[in-house]
Amino acid sequence: MQPVATTFFFYMLSGIAVLGGILVITRRNAVHSALALILTLLSVAGLYLMLYAPFVAGVQIILYAGGIMVLFLFVIMLVNLEKSQKEEQFNKIWLIGLLGALGLGALFVGVFVRSARSSNDIFFQLLRRPLVAFADESNTQAVGQMLYQNYLFAFEIASLLLLVAIIGAVVMAKKRIN
Amino acid sequence: MAEIGILHYLIVAALLFILGVIGVLTRRNVVIVLMSIELILNAVNLNLVAFSRMWGLHGQVFSIFVITDAAAEAAVGLGILIAFFRNKETVNVDEVDLMKW
Repeated sequence: MQPVATTFFFYMLSGIAVLGGILVITRRNAVHSALALILTLLSVAGLYLMLYAPFVAGVQIILYAGGIMVLFLFVIMLVNLEKSQKEEQFNKIWLIGLLGALGLGALFVGVFVRSARSSNDIFFQLLRRPLVAFADESNTQAVGQMLYQNYLFAFEIASLLLLVAIIGAVVMAKKRIN
Repeated sequence: MAEIGILHYLIVAALLFILGVIGVLTRRNVVIVLMSIELILNAVNLNLVAFSRMWGLHGQVFSIFVITDAAAEAAVGLGILIAFFRNKETVNVDEVDLMKW
């Protein structure tokens, strides 16, 4: 099946993702930020689908939007944010932070312009080439095989990491009974 | 509009990264700082999956590990936030100064 209207969907999904990102960092209410982040996560999952990565898109929706963001919302409800909603929203050194981030952005733009102008940057030309559609049937099987064959050690370490995180989160958040 | 190449995805990922960095460095509420960190991780994931479109599945496997790591980090970070909030009743980064001299 041939992909339809790729350009439109790409610009729509990336526009929604960037809009959600802007909303995350500017909202006063933390719940609004969390909902905007869920919007960004779902549109990035759509971008993964366009990049022929259905397994990563599924993991993103189930784990990220359905697990991590629910955890965030629970904690926002546990922690009383009423008082902090009426206070100043940006911290004391916000100007320095903004300048630093814009400096990083200028660095990105500089690298982009420099490689766009150079005539013998093969990698850049390769990145610009339009992507052709191909039939993918077995992405999940292929990712699963790679996880269990090439990256088995990293897989086991990741499960150990999750165990440590579970224990750490329970210990940190538990009430002290003194 | 030109045909979509990998470069377009990289530009979107760079934009999301910069928005996340602005959020981490600028906001006062710790919860929103943690959410901006998740934005940064998502930008990195988008980069990885975009490159994996042309150069094999390694990028997708790596991005699964990054998502796993983001979950662990969010859980521990929010646990620390709850423990801190229990002591000081505030979620301002400006007031996290118990170890300041």
